[in-house]
Amino acid sequence: MSDILIFGGRLIDPANHIDAPRDLLLRDGHVAAVEAPGALRGATAAETIDATGMIVAPGLIDVHVHLREPGQTYKETIATGTRAAAAGGFTSVVAMPNTVPVNDTVAKLEWMLDAARDPAIKLFAMPAATVGSMGAELTDFDALRTAGAVGFTDDGKPVLEDHVMRAALVAAARAEVPVSQHAEDTRLTGGCSMNAGAVAFRLGLRGMTVEAESRIVERDLQLLRDIEKKEGLRPHLHVQHVSTARAMQAIRAAKQEGLHVTCEVAPHHFTLMDEAIGDYDTHAKMNPPLRVEADRAAMVAALVDGTADCIATDHAPHAAHEKEQEFERAPNGITGLETALGLALRVLHRGQGLSLSRIVSLMSTTPAEIIRVAGRGALGRGHFADIVIFDAGAEWHYDAKTTLSKSHNTPFDGAAMLGKVKATISEGRIVYRG
Amino acid sequence: MTLSTRYAAGSLLSVRDLSVTDVSSVLELAARLEKMEAAERARILSGRTVALLFYESSTRTRTSFELAAKSLGATTTLVSDKSSSIEKGESLKDTGLTLRALGAECIILRHPASGAPFVLARETGLPVLNAGDGMHEHPSQALLDLRTILTRLHGTQAAAGVTADSLKGVTVVITGDILHSRVARSNALLLPRLGARVILCGPEKLLPQEAAELGPGVEIERDFDRALRQSQVAMMLRIQKERLAGLELDLGDYIERYQLNGERLAATAPKALVMHPGPMIRGLEIAGDVADGTQSAIEEQVAHGLRVRSALLVRALDGNI
Repeated sequence: MSDILIFGGRLIDPANHIDAPRDLLLRDGHVAAVEAPGALRGATAAETIDATGMIVAPGLIDVHVHLREPGQTYKETIATGTRAAAAGGFTSVVAMPNTVPVNDTVAKLEWMLDAARDPAIKLFAMPAATVGSMGAELTDFDALRTAGAVGFTDDGKPVLEDHVMRAALVAAARAEVPVSQHAEDTRLTGGCSMNAGAVAFRLGLRGMTVEAESRIVERDLQLLRDIEKKEGLRPHLHVQHVSTARAMQAIRAAKQEGLHVTCEVAPHHFTLMDEAIGDYDTHAKMNPPLRVEADRAAMVAALVDGTADCIATDHAPHAAHEKEQEFERAPNGITGLETALGLALRVLHRGQGLSLSRIVSLMSTTPAEIIRVAGRGALGRGHFADIVIFDAGAEWHYDAKTTLSKSHNTPFDGAAMLGKVKATISEGRIVYRG
Repeated sequence: MTLSTRYAAGSLLSVRDLSVTDVSSVLELAARLEKMEAAERARILSGRTVALLFYESSTRTRTSFELAAKSLGATTTLVSDKSSSIEKGESLKDTGLTLRALGAECIILRHPASGAPFVLARETGLPVLNAGDGMHEHPSQALLDLRTILTRLHGTQAAAGVTADSLKGVTVVITGDILHSRVARSNALLLPRLGARVILCGPEKLLPQEAAELGPGVEIERDFDRALRQSQVAMMLRIQKERLAGLELDLGDYIERYQLNGERLAATAPKALVMHPGPMIRGLEIAGDVADGTQSAIEEQVAHGLRVRSALLVRALDGNI
């Protein structure tokens, strides 16, 4: 593998408390040296990258993506989805298990993680917490963990039964990985296609209430409390794509109490409100749905005050014909890998004054900690050479036609972005050049 | 608020698409069409093709649009959910494209999904007339209701056009299953823009508090008698039993509190105009004698429907008159 010298950039590596000019030498897929500007002048490298005026940061890590393979490769494949991820500055992604068939066995997990799938970047996966994601019988956590699982989730479906969720948290605690939960009490959301409220009333659509999300979060937190007390274990609950102020407040209180809970916020939830549905635009249909301004503001506040641990895209590609339907019939989800950094910088950095270091932390350092992968999310010597180089001040507009994903279902077509990825390096290989 | 350029001119997807000037011109057109000789009217859309695409059963709206189109000389074709490609699972987009390829120049759509007319209009580029979509809107019904109100309160001449003050001083109470009613939404969005005050009335289960946020000029009153005392028009809505799944409603209690019967009407609003978009369930939301009484404009609503829908078709097809 060729050596790469990156010079002239501003290194932001929150894990190592660095935000300063540094040059980096990458060798054999790892970071070989991080030095003051000019100190690596004598180093020989097959390739040099002039990062003058750029941010050099650990590659972004997305703990929540849907790559649709196996089973729905007309929407996305591991190859196309990870190329879109690379274009967005990501060097690791975690594939959700709601594939066809559901990723719930070691054989399926190994098939997914096989190099034959041709991922452009590092692919991780969270297999299903229950067989077939049916919510009844736990999958084999230990075997799946040994085979590479970085967590367990039934993803689009919550684990509804209390005793099943309890057992999942106990098993995951023993396997030392999180249970990642889609918090939706589906007993309250049948037939619902957007957020409950004034906009849903006007559009004549059935709405999902705030309680449908918060009830599951509150139930899961109670389970954590109970397991810590009775089993002496310390399970890790990761709450996916929090969208309501109420659920976020429950998480904030639980953290203060000392429970092991983390959570993610999706870029669309800190950027848009339910009004974005406009004339039944199915590109604004996702689950959890876009909420109201108070909820959006609460997501921003949680990212600012540290209650939200990371940003995750919930990249959910769908074919055009699936979205060109009646709103209630269209599938949930939007693509998000190529717009996440641009929205985070626009809304959180420019809009809220969040530091670049904190943005990198939300999109790389902390996600690595949540899925407990060593050597990523930081750029110390010996770490994987997973790097994103971006121009934090570049203003541009996203054009969905240029996506590397197979699908174009985004509400951000034409939207203003801040910060442009100039290069993405995965384990020492340049996988994207902007 | 004007119709987005994403949709063909002449489309009517929501009453929000219409400016007060647009509303006025539709009413003016309806009045002109009404005065015309039948033979003259039948030349306006002669040789033009209109498709009626009905995914839900309907008597008055479908017949009204069909007769309106025929009276203007247009060729009509009806595609309904029974015995058509719809039944075989063809998408709304593809059904629309097929109708367009067969020569349809305008599609009238009734659909159980809110927002379906927007999909059809976007995907076909044809003018689409929303004949009721899910729980969303029924804009032609609101326009015919408006014409009925204007005619009965202010006379035929006044119904031939409107301004933002045409319904100033008029309070309309809409009572019943507001949650599921597209008629309520269209009327509550349209009438205040002409100066009316709209009171929505019904129990919490059928009328959630967020309905008050529909727009300016809309308020909620749970006490039907109190609402009636303030109103010049009482618009009653059917209890949509088919949509009540999961909502436990005590019908006896509902009748007691919200039925428009002779006694209540005489006591609270002896001069109010009584309206109902149909179909009515006599003895439930409205007593039979009130429906048939002198204050009732229910049959006139149907007659106005024909004229208003004729005007909407002429507008959609840019008919030369």
